[in-house]
Amino acid sequence: MGKSAAIITAKNLTKEYRSLKAVNDVSFEIQPGSCFGFLGPNGAGKTTVMRMIYCVTPLTSGLLTVNGENVIENMSAVKRGIGVVTQDDSLDYDLNVINNLLVYARYYDLTREKAVQRANELIEFFQLEDKRNENVRTLSGGMKRRLQIARALINNPSILILDEPSTGLDPQARHQVWAKCHELIEQGVTLLLTTHYMDEAEQLCDKIAVMDRGSIITEASPWDLIKSEVSPYVVEIRGEEKSRKQILAAVFDQIDFHEALSDRLLLYTPDATPLHTQIQDMNIPVKTLLSRRSSLEDVFLKLTGRELLD
Amino acid sequence: MRVKAPKVRILAALRVWQRNATVYKRTWKLNILPNFFEPFLYLLGMGLGLGAYIAEMEGLPYINFIAPGLLISSIMWGATLETTYNVFVKMNFDRIYDGILSTPINPKDLAFGELLWGATRGTIYGGAFLSILFVFGMGLHWGILFIFPLIFIIGFMFATIGLLFTSMIKEIELFNYFFTLFLTPLFLFSGIFFPMNQLPQTVQIIAWFTPLYHGVELSRGIFNQVWSVELFEHLAWMLVVTLINTTVVLRAIHKRLYS
Repeated sequence: MGKSAAIITAKNLTKEYRSLKAVNDVSFEIQPGSCFGFLGPNGAGKTTVMRMIYCVTPLTSGLLTVNGENVIENMSAVKRGIGVVTQDDSLDYDLNVINNLLVYARYYDLTREKAVQRANELIEFFQLEDKRNENVRTLSGGMKRRLQIARALINNPSILILDEPSTGLDPQARHQVWAKCHELIEQGVTLLLTTHYMDEAEQLCDKIAVMDRGSIITEASPWDLIKSEVSPYVVEIRGEEKSRKQILAAVFDQIDFHEALSDRLLLYTPDATPLHTQIQDMNIPVKTLLSRRSSLEDVFLKLTGRELLD
Repeated sequence: MRVKAPKVRILAALRVWQRNATVYKRTWKLNILPNFFEPFLYLLGMGLGLGAYIAEMEGLPYINFIAPGLLISSIMWGATLETTYNVFVKMNFDRIYDGILSTPINPKDLAFGELLWGATRGTIYGGAFLSILFVFGMGLHWGILFIFPLIFIIGFMFATIGLLFTSMIKEIELFNYFFTLFLTPLFLFSGIFFPMNQLPQTVQIIAWFTPLYHGVELSRGIFNQVWSVELFEHLAWMLVVTLINTTVVLRAIHKRLYS
């Protein structure tokens, strides 16, 4: 796809706070109708990039256009086409559920009739009918998140930004949010999300940019990332260090690469079954021996390091 | 990258004003009652109580002397409460501004909307106070019509002063300093309770540089129908200060919320 097709184009984005480079020379393009994910540990600069896109953080340098409009020169026009779900909920706690939607609609200059119609549609779509006139404080975490997404959609945006959409939600609520996201993608909305959950990125994203310390380290589809950064399968071994070393020495030239961690040994391989059988046949005592498909988590941890960053 | 902040847009600011009005509408009946009791208490306690010992002040019954100034101070309290504590909570605790700023509303629109709302709250305080003064039989003449625009202007001026302080602080506790060391002295030394010309020259000069003094003088002139050129001087002072303050405070809020 050519450059003109992109709905968001970022060139050499940089954000400096005094001595700290929160975002360092980041470039990317997002195609309309896709789901693009920013994956990275806390403090990687994901949220700052999002904030630049929805015009609440100025760039130190670089060029960023959304729907063809420059984010610095045309803030209001850019924001008119975007719906935003912030990481910490920014619902209006002084208003009830329906008024959160109606008051928000006014910020976009929607007429009263249009606002009421749209609010009713969204309340139904997000299954909040019972809570219509309730105070926002009485909602559960999952409901609050749904209301926030509903509110972000009040103006029928072409882009929806979700900053860690399922952080702090229980498993049921997370799956509900994902289901709604899938429906929105089907409706043609471009989704842009940040997450540090691998399953979330795998579930939703067509394309993922892995960020670390302000830079994009790599960018590809989830499956391509797994194929290119790690091998398709992992054999995982727990047990005494001596045994692990013995196994590694024996299979060293048959695997793509390995990771020797403090508690286990990871062997990356294009095909797990023969390797698994071979290790079993060695009769070296180990606590566990298991084979699995590689996940984004392996990619992520390999790229951003396994030690805690903060 | 230095780019000029977008100019404030009145329509966008009114959206923020509307949001506050929607919230206020829910509880206004509860909210407004104290605004009627306060003037009653002041007029009874100070006007009649203290007034029993002070026969006259500058040729007026004491209650008539203090009423025009108290009216203006009630606008001051109303407008500043709104643009200090309430704005601070919306900005820093409830994250309401995070939600608003991700819509087409920009920081300067938001700030101007809050100023308009602060002025509105000041006007509600002032309006309630004025209605009680009417009940007491004060200011029942055609000249009193000038007080209505004045109430809004003074409300707006104090809204800018409150918001300017709010834009500078990071801790809510610091408002204690604003109220105790700035507004309370204004309340006591702006000619509400005694004429300024009794005080030393230096105090009078300092008073000229403070906002409440000019409002009190104007209000007293209107109530007592003493139409002098000085009234225009007071009005001009307030308009100039409000204009400068507005420019400064919009920039400060933009800087605070767009970073």
